[in-house]
Amino acid sequence: MRLWIPLSIAAAGSLVLAMLVMPDWDMPPKQTEQLGYRGTGMNIIRDMEDEAALKAANVVPEPPYEADPSGPPIAIIYENIQVLGHLSEDEHNRLMTAFTEWVAPEEEGCNFCHNPDNMASDEKYQKVVARRMIQMTQAINANWQSHVLETGVTCYTCHRGETVPPNTWSRDTGPQPTGGYIGYRAGQNVVAKYAGTTALPQNHLEAFLLGDEPIAVHSQTAFPTGANTTDLTNAENSFALMIHMSEALGVGCVTCHNTRALDDWDQSPPQRVTAWHGIRMAREINKTYIEPLTSVVPKDRLGPEGDILKVSCATCHNSVQKPLYGVAMLKDYLKSFGAVTSAPITGAPTIVDTPPIDRPPAGETAITPPAEEAAITPPAAVGDDAAGAVPPASITDAPTVVDTPPIDGPPQPAAAPAAADGGDAAGAVPPAPITGAPTVVDTPPIDGPPQPVQ
Amino acid sequence: MIGGDLFDFWVGPFYVGFFGVTTVFFTVIGVALIVYGAALGPTWNIWRISIAPPDLSYGLYMAPLAEGGLWQIITICATGAFVSWALREVEICRKLGIGYHVPVAFGVAIFAYVTLVVFRPLLLGAWGHGFPYGIFSHLDWVSNVGYQYLHFHYNPAHMLAISFFFTTTLALAMHGGLVLSAANPGRSRTDSRQQGTVKTPEWEDTFFRDVVGYSIGTLGIHRLGLLLALNAAFWSAVCIVISGPFWTKGWPQWWNWWLDLPFWS
Repeated sequence: MRLWIPLSIAAAGSLVLAMLVMPDWDMPPKQTEQLGYRGTGMNIIRDMEDEAALKAANVVPEPPYEADPSGPPIAIIYENIQVLGHLSEDEHNRLMTAFTEWVAPEEEGCNFCHNPDNMASDEKYQKVVARRMIQMTQAINANWQSHVLETGVTCYTCHRGETVPPNTWSRDTGPQPTGGYIGYRAGQNVVAKYAGTTALPQNHLEAFLLGDEPIAVHSQTAFPTGANTTDLTNAENSFALMIHMSEALGVGCVTCHNTRALDDWDQSPPQRVTAWHGIRMAREINKTYIEPLTSVVPKDRLGPEGDILKVSCATCHNSVQKPLYGVAMLKDYLKSFGAVTSAPITGAPTIVDTPPIDRPPAGETAITPPAEEAAITPPAAVGDDAAGAVPPASITDAPTVVDTPPIDGPPQPAAAPAAADGGDAAGAVPPAPITGAPTVVDTPPIDGPPQPVQ
Repeated sequence: MIGGDLFDFWVGPFYVGFFGVTTVFFTVIGVALIVYGAALGPTWNIWRISIAPPDLSYGLYMAPLAEGGLWQIITICATGAFVSWALREVEICRKLGIGYHVPVAFGVAIFAYVTLVVFRPLLLGAWGHGFPYGIFSHLDWVSNVGYQYLHFHYNPAHMLAISFFFTTTLALAMHGGLVLSAANPGRSRTDSRQQGTVKTPEWEDTFFRDVVGYSIGTLGIHRLGLLLALNAAFWSAVCIVISGPFWTKGWPQWWNWWLDLPFWS
């Protein structure tokens, strides 16, 4: 019996059928956009149905109502208002209403964060987390205009009506941890959830968006000189991050790179500068605001490896290049989220009935200017207990400056930005210190604005 | 075929015919336009000369000569020259009373080219999706178009095309090696002062039967070679025409169908 012939034909036939039917094929016509000089292949091709579905899924909710800004600040009306004390009562109530729409589960409403018998109490972890998240949102809008511009972010940018934002990440070691020398796979060769379901390293986000491993792996010379110490593992890690960014923004590599010279800022589209700042922003969010909350949230809110759910590019972007298609939601909540209104974040908060703290008046909020070389002249520690806590501004320094704890020293006046030192730092522009009203600070890289391809 | 006995003559060893004339016509115009385009461009460096297609904004219309119009006319000339050459091969086949295997095979290569510069741009709605005519610039185009889909090695048709290209070279190397081993057997095993006897295909068949238990035979190896080579070109055309017109996400994502199979999902 030659049974293998019909059997193999049936197997091949069903495989071909599966390939034709199961993938989400897109039929023409297409929506196309040219990004580079003609003929360079730097085009974006989008599927019209997918794009329409994304547009429908990324609509900004209207503010509940127009708030009345008059009246005394609520800090003198309510107890234990630590970050939003400058709002009027109406503004504060409107914001709380918006929170229930953006974040809290429908059935719980205010009680999701508050004890209804004592609204001022910090006994619920949700309230402690929410306060830290408000501080984070303020810091993003005030200190990271290099990435969010004046469009800014609100809770909804990430939360989208859900308690936990739909796109987060945590340590991923499955299906089994990478072993020692035998079976060591460097995180590769499994379906990497955060790298576009490729076989690339599965934990690259931990290296780049929590740690600050260098991303640039490109050699600057044709032949090895020993100057470039990165290896294939580094390159695979970087590639995984790039795939993540592309998937998170719903774009291809050519939105930020001319792939004939991936490392060359002069040949890259200007979007790469925005993305460069975005990586640093996500890193600071995770380091300063998210990870210290690990001890605050209950165990069932942590990832499978016991680390907290963290922020990636997808958390805000949700497959769209400009989150919520660039509609500025912040403009309706500028007073709440437009400026930093509390002392710099130091470590993890605690769940206790905290009494109100003395806040510096708005205007005098301490933000240290970027230092020339943080390793030599670090920004002065702000507050009384700054050990381990990095003020927001110092994190946005040149990329070579890694997580230097502040040493006691004189405050450094606004110094010249660090000079480009090659590699990843070519586009490093420390954001200017934020003083007063927000302005658009979209600084081009030091070596001139990226030019379109020749 | 066309024109009866028109141009039915040889120039030296070369048969001309009607399609020989059209080949020369398209080639001369096309090459002249390439040289003109190079003269308009910034460089005479042979590696960096590039004739780029129009901006996407021209859609499927003609563009001014210096802004992609040259590319459009050169594409017409190139297609005309390639097809003329294939039809000239057909005429020679007819004169000789042999099959059309060679023009058909060349036709598959032409199909791959036309897919790149005509079919795919038509499906995407703009001539600007064609590749530029330049040694470095067309490589840059390949790189950027590939990276638009994040990781082109995950493109299933690209996988097939690469496999067929590699198998083609493997088959050609083994076939060439086998023929040479029979035709150049080296010194005689019994008398080292004498050349060995040249062997017939039976020896070749026996070699492969001994090695892998099967020999495809003298005619069969050429059928196999043609099949492998044509598949390489055909799947190359498929892998690029599905990128964009039928798939807009990253190619790694395409494989989610495998992850979603009911056996393990």
